[in-house]
Amino acid sequence: MESKTLTCICCPMGCQITVETNGSEIINLTGNTCKRGDTYARREITSPSRTVTSTVRVTGGTLPAVSVKTRSDIPKDKIFECIRCLKDVSVKAPVHIGEVILSNAAGTGVDIIATKNVEAQK
Amino acid sequence: MEKYSIVIIGGGPAGLAAAVSARDSGIESILILERDKELGGILNQCIHNGFGLHTFNEELTGPEYAAKFIEQAAERKIEYRLNTMVIDISPDKVITAMNRTDGLFEVKADAVILAMGCRERPRGALNIPGYRPAGIYSAGTAQRLVNMEGYLPGREVVILGSGDIGLIMARRMTLEGAKVKVVAELMPYSGGLKRNIVQCLDDFGIPLKLSHTVVDIKGKERVEGVTIARVDSRNRPIPGTEEFYSCDTLLLSVGLIPENELSGNMGVEMSPITSGPIVNESLETNIKGVFACGNVLHVHDLVDYVSEEAASAGRHAACYVKSLTQNAATAETDNEDSFIRLCPENGIRYTVPSTIRIRHMDESLTVRFRVSNVYRNCYVSVYFDDERISRRKKQIVAPGEMEEIHLTREQLLNHPGLQTVTLKIEEA
Repeated sequence: MESKTLTCICCPMGCQITVETNGSEIINLTGNTCKRGDTYARREITSPSRTVTSTVRVTGGTLPAVSVKTRSDIPKDKIFECIRCLKDVSVKAPVHIGEVILSNAAGTGVDIIATKNVEAQK
Repeated sequence: MEKYSIVIIGGGPAGLAAAVSARDSGIESILILERDKELGGILNQCIHNGFGLHTFNEELTGPEYAAKFIEQAAERKIEYRLNTMVIDISPDKVITAMNRTDGLFEVKADAVILAMGCRERPRGALNIPGYRPAGIYSAGTAQRLVNMEGYLPGREVVILGSGDIGLIMARRMTLEGAKVKVVAELMPYSGGLKRNIVQCLDDFGIPLKLSHTVVDIKGKERVEGVTIARVDSRNRPIPGTEEFYSCDTLLLSVGLIPENELSGNMGVEMSPITSGPIVNESLETNIKGVFACGNVLHVHDLVDYVSEEAASAGRHAACYVKSLTQNAATAETDNEDSFIRLCPENGIRYTVPSTIRIRHMDESLTVRFRVSNVYRNCYVSVYFDDERISRRKKQIVAPGEMEEIHLTREQLLNHPGLQTVTLKIEEA
């Protein structure tokens, strides 16, 4: 049996929630004040995920870089791999919000899209 | 001299939302003056997500949130000038500004909306001993370098202050390959959101040391390391608790200060608590027709509240401009208006607004405030003169999070002769 303590992010209370697991099964969950904490902790233990944001280089644009994000959350343990995939990516201006910069980042099935408009240099 | 009905100083989230709402309230002639090369303000460098949950019901990044308002301003063909620095505003609302195309120029406005935002508290405000080597940045400067200009300011980082920008930069620098060794926070609690502590520090195993501060910076040309120590209850370093961290970069995330040189010079009355203008229910300063919103008024935690507040400032500025044309006498009689004073007491640091003139109030008024400490299981109580009219139970309130209450016009009208509305924290 394994025990893990995490901080709930649902409100400023920041309850310290202790989760006891046996393999992938949650046996006991304590420390939360409300239902949201329970839901948060279960998800955080079984499949933690995050939206990843970064920037990639732009050529011929009014700005040297464009900000990007994963279109949806990806598994937490894929964050660094996802960032590494972007290291050598460079796009040509113009780039617009929502355009796919890299598809299927780090094999997650999630695309990386632009979050800013960068127009071409006149 | 050029003339506009409303001139807005600053094209960030506050300025944009104010412009859009002023236009929607029927004002044609609006000008935004922005000193950067693009609209959007600080949101442009806040590439992380989490913006707009309240306004758009989705989690956007800073640039995406800004783009929505830039688009709204563009649809309404609102005029703006970039790369334009405002250097003076006179009490009779003549704005002196300059840029490379127009040179030095003046614009006359019927109403002015102050939306200049805030800036970071610098090292000079902290009295940290040691040399002044390269490698000490405010967190926001580092954010701009990394996210917009493509430079990594350093490889081994210590962060002083656990404000949200510092936490966000701990993650950002880590993702870009730097090693963030520790975040030191003077207070016994963090000023940042729980979500940022978990997702920016815990996710990457970065330690957060509460009640700690930097007591020495080593290095003459470049930062070589910093010494941090535990502090006592009066924030004095405790001898013997010093720890040395070798690093090449120290980031400071130690607070934001509204940028009010322009306001102060034109004679706007300021609050020593918020460092922003003192305003009434219309977000109008002591100078008639001069309004303030966003971080120049008081530092916000969420941009959604900035947009909401700025929209209100835009609406009221529009009302003011219309009142000038409809009846020149109206503006004069306003001075005679009686007002209700809002008093922050017992654990509440300030309120925005500070006064209410019922005649000018909307159906409902949002009063925003911050508390001075962390309080658990408390009530936020509202008193009309000596009578408590409501109290709301809170499991927790913290200085890092802005709070609000709502007052309705009807409520106030039901208490004729009301002089003071007091907000206080009471124990449960």
